[in-house]
Amino acid sequence: MEKFNKLTGIVVPLDRANVDTDAIIPKQFLKSIKRSGFGPNLFDEWRYLDHGEPGMDNSQRPLNPDFILNEPRYQGGSVLLARKNFGCGSSREHAPWALEDYGFRAIIAPSFADIFFNNAFKNGLLPIVLSEQQVEQLFKEVEAQPGYQLTIDLQQQTITTPGADTIAFDVDAFRKHCLLNGLDDIGLTLQHTDAIRAYEDRRRQEAPWLFNVASS
Amino acid sequence: MAKTLYDKLWDDHVVHQDENGTTLLYIDRHLVHEVTSPQAFEGLRMAGRKPWNSSSVLASPDHNVPTTDRSKGISDEVSRIQVETLDRNCADFGITEFRMDDVRQGIVHVIGPEEGATLPGMTVVCGDSHTSTHGAFGALAFGIGTSEVEHVLATQCLIQKKSKNMLIRIDGSIPTGITGKDIVLAIIGRIGTAGGTGYAIEFGGQAIQELSLEGRMSLCNMAIEAGARAGMVAVDQKTIDYVKGRPYAPQGEDWDKAVGYWQTLHTDEGAYFDAILELNAEDIKPQVTWGTSPEMVVTIADRVPDPQAESDPVKREGMQRALDYMGLDANTPITAIAPDKVFIGSCTNSRIEDLRAAAAIARGRKVAANIKLAMVVPGSGLVKKQAEEEGLDKIFTAAGFEWREPGCSMCLAMNADRLEPGERCASTSNRNFEGRQGQGGRTHLVSPAMAAAAAVNGHFVDIRNVD
Ligand code: SF4
Repeated sequence: MEKFNKLTGIVVPLDRANVDTDAIIPKQFLKSIKRSGFGPNLFDEWRYLDHGEPGMDNSQRPLNPDFILNEPRYQGGSVLLARKNFGCGSSREHAPWALEDYGFRAIIAPSFADIFFNNAFKNGLLPIVLSEQQVEQLFKEVEAQPGYQLTIDLQQQTITTPGADTIAFDVDAFRKHCLLNGLDDIGLTLQHTDAIRAYEDRRRQEAPWLFNVASS
Repeated sequence: MAKTLYDKLWDDHVVHQDENGTTLLYIDRHLVHEVTSPQAFEGLRMAGRKPWNSSSVLASPDHNVPTTDRSKGISDEVSRIQVETLDRNCADFGITEFRMDDVRQGIVHVIGPEEGATLPGMTVVCGDSHTSTHGAFGALAFGIGTSEVEHVLATQCLIQKKSKNMLIRIDGSIPTGITGKDIVLAIIGRIGTAGGTGYAIEFGGQAIQELSLEGRMSLCNMAIEAGARAGMVAVDQKTIDYVKGRPYAPQGEDWDKAVGYWQTLHTDEGAYFDAILELNAEDIKPQVTWGTSPEMVVTIADRVPDPQAESDPVKREGMQRALDYMGLDANTPITAIAPDKVFIGSCTNSRIEDLRAAAAIARGRKVAANIKLAMVVPGSGLVKKQAEEEGLDKIFTAAGFEWREPGCSMCLAMNADRLEPGERCASTSNRNFEGRQGQGGRTHLVSPAMAAAAAVNGHFVDIRNVD
């Protein structure tokens, strides 16, 4: 996993609530058996005017000029500003893969769906929860000022605006540690191998049926 | 100390906990399908790791499989590769898989309970958000992402933080024509799609006790649509009777011991919930969604809501966007809405009881002329077989429904079953998001009997008036 420490980047305002993972990356792209290459199909149905299928040359497809990601002023954006319940719906990890592949490293919203929130951290993508008022204020500022950038400092847990305002945010200590150091969860868990084995030995006594395989 | 059902399930699976509450949670059962697993297996291979306990895993392809004749395999090449990748991964890692030509193949959330692979008291995970379904058995079941699929394969554990406890109590007796699906849609209509975020929900009360396990599965299935990590129902005699004799269920001495433990799987008197919601089943009417989020739901007796009546501008805009997408005018009576297609299936409503309810409406009637396609997709090969033994397939086909092979099908349209742009569907699935059933497709979520009634009438009708 890529480390996350400090980031300064252009902010893209996506002014919709309940953006679901079907919208972030439509199902036809889930047929890939790879982890990479989803960026060009991020928000595919909103971003292009035609219907996208895997294997198409995306550079030749007609762009929807009304979709925020296509506006010249937001090109190269790495911070996504969103509304409540971002990432709801299916558990597909292709959603954070697509966001990351496109170039986003952080998402700011008043709330996130649970599974998406988890998946984001596992892919070096930092989801930040701010209050509705703080998010509203950021939307206003971004829209008013072309080239608007935020600086996100994970170590300090702060966001700095171009006007030098500082906004503090919360992050789970364990997740912060993993993100700062780019740590692999599986490696960390396997440090507890003895505890897992001890748990299994105890459970085998208490609840032996859990370890049985099918009778047919 | 008095514990909730969720507290008990959680405590019994803690392997290790650090000072800030980050917990290593043991996973008993891992269900796997073809869409969210290839990258996880690839990760294992790249790291030179093996599954911790491959016998805890049960796999089946469901999302990409065709629901028409399968004898020639899958014609879509990308879908075929994904299914073949699952076959190869399961073979390589010694994992039991019900392949496409196995009668036990089906939607993972249908086959887990059907096989007894889902048992009370278990932790059950799958790279699929509707894993909450299995909570119907008094299990702690939730969906995970692909990185976590790899994590569970490699370590049999997940790194988790405990959610808060919510109780949703449905008092009163369930009126005729009302199903688990209507109850859960009514709940989502009340609390919204983020109403359960951060919570594990226990469903209780008289109405929930009255529900069959099938009804409880429909209910827990859509807990995720209320934003909850997991939904669950306490174990009772119905749960135990359902599990008994299934292939993976314990037998003999183990059975008695298991039942003794399962009988403790309910919330203790006086246990603490962070939030409680109470509804009365007698107030619940058949539900129909009108918009592009499951919270955009009304009853069959209502009209399409009017955005002008909404004072919150963000909400008003969202409603208007949904109406434009759905091609609906405000104030249209729900009964005046005519679908083009009808889909009976998905992990919410493709079990034998669902098919019986739909067949009871279809019996002796004909699909209306304006309906281009009405299809019934059983949740598994075994459900299909059972339905055929009961003659349900004949009832459906005589009425003009198509009778298909098991899989996810038009729930998410990853195979050939999909809506064309602008087509409207009465669907028993769980998501009415934009494009979910095909780009530009318009979805109305309903119960199986409501879907069948819409098919034979050509528009939505109140199932309570159909005999
Ligand atoms: S039936 Fe639909 S919701 Fe259920 S697992 Fe399949 S695609 Fe997902």
